[in-house]
Amino acid sequence: MGRMRRAAVAAVGALALLSPAACGGADSGADQEVEVFTWWADGGEKAGLDGLVAAFDEQCDYSFVNGAVAGGAGSNAKQVLASRLQQGDAPDTFQAHAGAELSDYIAAGQIEDLSALYEEWGLTEALPPGLIDNLSVDGKVYSVPVNIHRSNVLWTNTSVLVDAGVTAEPTTLAELFTALDTLRTAGVSAPLAIGKDWTQLMLLEAVLISDLGPESFTGLWTGATDWNSPEVTQGLENYKRLLSYTNTDRDTYDWTDAGKLLMDGKAGFFLMGDWAPSDFETKGFTDFDHLAFPGNGDTFQWLADSFVLPQGADNPEGTKCWLKAVGSAEGQQAFNIKKGSIPARTDVTEADYPAYQQSAIQDWKTGTQVPSCAHGAACSQGAMEAANSAIGKFSSDQDLAGLQQAMSAAALGKN
Amino acid sequence: MLTRVRRWGPGLLLISPSLLLLGVFVYGLIGWTIKVSMSDRHTAAESDGFVGLSNYVDLFANDINGRFLHSLRNLLIFTVVFLLGTMLLGLLWAFLLERGVRAEGLFRTVYLFPMAVSFVASGVVWRWLMNSGQGDDAGGLNAVFGQLHLDFLQNPWWTDPEWGMVAMAVPAIWQLSGYVMALFLAGFRGIPAELREAAAVDGASTFQLYRRVLFPQLTPVALSALIIVGHMSMKMFDLIMSVSGAQWLTEVPAVYVWQTLLTSDYAKASAISVILLLLVALVIVPYLVQTMRTERRS
Repeated sequence: MGRMRRAAVAAVGALALLSPAACGGADSGADQEVEVFTWWADGGEKAGLDGLVAAFDEQCDYSFVNGAVAGGAGSNAKQVLASRLQQGDAPDTFQAHAGAELSDYIAAGQIEDLSALYEEWGLTEALPPGLIDNLSVDGKVYSVPVNIHRSNVLWTNTSVLVDAGVTAEPTTLAELFTALDTLRTAGVSAPLAIGKDWTQLMLLEAVLISDLGPESFTGLWTGATDWNSPEVTQGLENYKRLLSYTNTDRDTYDWTDAGKLLMDGKAGFFLMGDWAPSDFETKGFTDFDHLAFPGNGDTFQWLADSFVLPQGADNPEGTKCWLKAVGSAEGQQAFNIKKGSIPARTDVTEADYPAYQQSAIQDWKTGTQVPSCAHGAACSQGAMEAANSAIGKFSSDQDLAGLQQAMSAAALGKN
Repeated sequence: MLTRVRRWGPGLLLISPSLLLLGVFVYGLIGWTIKVSMSDRHTAAESDGFVGLSNYVDLFANDINGRFLHSLRNLLIFTVVFLLGTMLLGLLWAFLLERGVRAEGLFRTVYLFPMAVSFVASGVVWRWLMNSGQGDDAGGLNAVFGQLHLDFLQNPWWTDPEWGMVAMAVPAIWQLSGYVMALFLAGFRGIPAELREAAAVDGASTFQLYRRVLFPQLTPVALSALIIVGHMSMKMFDLIMSVSGAQWLTEVPAVYVWQTLLTSDYAKASAISVILLLLVALVIVPYLVQTMRTERRS
């Protein structure tokens, strides 16, 4: 027995020795390094990150540590991040969609208020006020957006439209329906291409912007606009009608599959964010054009990637320098030219960008900004997921009243 | 005292590592999950507010669109079709092989092979085979039907809102029928030849031989097969994720858990997990009890 007890004491002693040693190991060199946690591991996103790092190296005396977790369009990274935050092992900064998707982190006290730094770095003037309104939670800003994508863009196959005799760009929902009818009569099987749940949510949002206007639309996600109002019902009915012009096997399609319908000339229109053209071009398709979703006017529905300052970061000064670089004109330029998005700042030189981005920058400066739920700018992660589920159900059963009720519950976070 | 310790001490010492690991990582974590499922931890923020069974009630009564009940319904359809399909095909193949087909070894391997493929890999292939396009847009099996002028066989597969889960069970049946066949074949081989001879002597026809002598002896094998395939079906996740991805049409509880975890709703995810555990236990516990009884009797 005596021997066993001694062995037990030795085992406990060994464990006690191990734990401080482990902590000591993690801290060494932390004052010089900034660990940046992203899911940008390849393609244009990786190139953009490299550009950002170049700007960071120029502006700061810290060294960059790449904490990228690849795979699953960010879902893998989010899982890793959640467990690291719970264990109190936060990276120095992490990537997150700007806007309401951050609300969980804010409520959990996991990220810090950056309002004072916004003033100090001049971001309050450099970013459009509409964006800052969308980003603010109780008057405070918690993240620095690095890029902007537009989600309410309708892409067209020029030859399909010309062949069917659609010559004028539709500017209202009514004109869009006429154009879709013309395409259908001309034998285009699915005039409007669409994919599974979240792409359908994007379409629903675009229709609601047309029927409600930008202000009431934004209110849908904050609780200021009633989901059960007759205007929303009208919007949902228009959405249902639009779905009848889409490919019936939509739920089996990811967005690139739906985009292929447009490329193959099986569809005339395709609603997708402005990351679509880079996919078109890599696949050798150039016969496309774009317009803002009919009825949206100058409304610019945005989504953005951003960086935050986590509570308990090892190296908060280094993180602040990273965020400053991310928000700077040089950093945004280096990132966006490579990723194919546009800077969140409005004081940029348009001439440096390719043609589509130039027009988007112009629209960003002059338009009305509204956030997107399908991409986490307007909704928390829970609300977005519940909305996608409700949209998926509607796609299969077309139950309009059910959709209205479910969207209302989802937007208010009753999932 | 010391002699008693001598008797069971070494044995206990030997199994203690696995006992400890099981205790912590299986039963300890089940306990933890149950605790979380009764808390109000619906976000990433720490919270230990105790809410009793209200998360469970919400799942059944207040879920948006009755989403949880929908996932249970999907699981039920999937399980029934999966079980029926594997049992019938497995029994049929075992019966054919047992009748003495030529090249039995080859067929056995051919039928058993799909089981060696992971659900993820076969799911990706079946995703393509079960392409829901029809007519001019047909792909996969629908295109084959089209070329054979069997257009009436073209169907929307898993995208059918009511019966899509039946199609989802097809790859699972394809994959596990061979395994059930192997079980039944072992069952047939385990029946002593004397019984067949005795039946022949008594003048039983082939039908009577199977109906009255052989099949009744396969009951324990059939039960094992049901349990093994049944609990796999309850936990089905990888196949569905690779065929359709996570979406409303094909959502089952295991996929729902994953979806809620991604949105940091820990309490809800735990509640679904506990229900899933109970469902599996419902299948397995009676089986274990029965096995233990028969073992004690022998």
